[in-house]
Amino acid sequence: MNVLEINNVTKRFGNLVAVRDVSLNVAKGEMCAIIGPNGAGKTTFFNLISGFFPPTSGNIVFDGRDITRLSTHERVTRGMARTFQITEIFPELTVFENVRISAEVAGGYRLRPWISRSEATKLHAGVEEILKLVSLEGKADRLVGELAHGDQRAAEIAMALALEPHLLLLDEPTAGMGDQETFQVTQLIRRLHRESNYTIVLIEHDMRVVFHLADRICVLDQGRMLAQGTPQEIAANETVQAAYLGNAA
Amino acid sequence: MSAEQIRKLVVLAAIWAALLLAPYWMVPLGGYTALATRVLVLGLAAMSVNFLLGFTGVLSFGHAAYFGLGAYGAGLTLKFLAASTPLALVLGMLLGGLCGAILGTLIVRRRGVYFAMVTIAFGQVFYYIAFQWSSLTGGDDGLRGFSRQPIDFGLFKLDILSSADNFYYFVLFCFALVAGAMAFILRSPFGRTMIAIRENERRARFLGIPVERHIWIAFTLSCFFMGFAGALYALVNNFADPRGLHYSQSGDFVMMAVMGGMRSFWGPLLGAAVFVVLQDYLSSITVNWMSFVGLLFVLVVLFFPRGLLGFLQRSKA
Repeated sequence: MNVLEINNVTKRFGNLVAVRDVSLNVAKGEMCAIIGPNGAGKTTFFNLISGFFPPTSGNIVFDGRDITRLSTHERVTRGMARTFQITEIFPELTVFENVRISAEVAGGYRLRPWISRSEATKLHAGVEEILKLVSLEGKADRLVGELAHGDQRAAEIAMALALEPHLLLLDEPTAGMGDQETFQVTQLIRRLHRESNYTIVLIEHDMRVVFHLADRICVLDQGRMLAQGTPQEIAANETVQAAYLGNAA
Repeated sequence: MSAEQIRKLVVLAAIWAALLLAPYWMVPLGGYTALATRVLVLGLAAMSVNFLLGFTGVLSFGHAAYFGLGAYGAGLTLKFLAASTPLALVLGMLLGGLCGAILGTLIVRRRGVYFAMVTIAFGQVFYYIAFQWSSLTGGDDGLRGFSRQPIDFGLFKLDILSSADNFYYFVLFCFALVAGAMAFILRSPFGRTMIAIRENERRARFLGIPVERHIWIAFTLSCFFMGFAGALYALVNNFADPRGLHYSQSGDFVMMAVMGGMRSFWGPLLGAAVFVVLQDYLSSITVNWMSFVGLLFVLVVLFFPRGLLGFLQRSKA
């Protein structure tokens, strides 16, 4: 079954066509990586999926429902969570508080003026479980703003996981990280995919990360879908090599 | 219980003890009870502004409008409708809160400077209505000819008009109710979504929080609190003044909140106390008292960006 179906999506900004007639299906439990040179339209494509703006044409189906015109928070409510290239967290709150807000929203408590003790206990147990999953259980009471970059990313992913998503969108999860942190975050994403069976779509620049993680790779170039396939197929694809080498030259 | 929790409880107990005993320690220090009453009412208004500014992260520069509407609502009730203090408070609060709820729907899509500008503009609309509609509001002279009424408990009546102490405790009771409601909301899941919006609006949106709707609720709640404070203010003075709706009054409330410490719950009350006491003391010496308050404000913002209370908390920690 496909969690996400993107059918012939195009996005224009005035005369610029940022995404041109792109289609993509993501099956349940799959890890799909989107790569491409700078300016290929990766982030625009991601923003179309998560609902930053509607596409000019084409449609997006999520869990069997057309979500093309839904707002961001409606998509999140239906189970689509994302992280950002530049970590988006609540810096002045603790790790625990960051994830708790997320869990409360997902639990449908966001408009509640009070929360019962048993509900709170249940929520807290859920939050602690997620913190363990991302290996932040020892840092629950630290302010997120004071953590190292890799841990901040883990906290952001934990907030996304607390939403109990059917689809996890990760926008360059290792952007701006050193080798050690890149390794840490890559291991985390790998665990989420292999052990917890999350369906994940990610954008990534670091080719080591992509080829290490993904079941399938999609290459965007100048807004078009240049190629799709397993890491082996993409590595052997001459058009892809030409696009990357041409861009580098 | 952790040491942190015990410290918080002690501080809270000290604040309430100071408020409960204010008439007894204000007078020996050269103050008077009515001054403490003003501090409470203006402090409540500053805390209502801060409910938005400090805990949702949006700056309203027109909140005096809802304060003034509360005052006129209470005054008009007492003058034309019924000689009942509780009814005046309730209707004043409703007038401020409902006007805030309606205008809030137009305001909450704006952000930053535009949010502040739109709140000023709507606030000034109410100022001019109060200023021009002389037959109802008394225009520039303000609304006179009403006074707060004794509270009827059935068995006995509480005289809050002539006894300054009785009135102080009545206001303190009202203050406790509203401050309690604010604290309750801020500790709730809804309150935490407000803080989420303050901390990072984009992240809040991508957690599935409909940000505009939540800002609207926070704005409306804060207008209800503001209307209540305004209604109390009309009772303090037995008078409602169009200048109470003016944006310069809004500025005073923001100044109290920032001076006292906008990230802390009690900061705005401290800011209001400093503001009101300085105003009372300095205005008997010079007509330019505001320049001294302004100087203090500049110093606080420059050297204690977290406000007076923020500074006190840090030096203790």
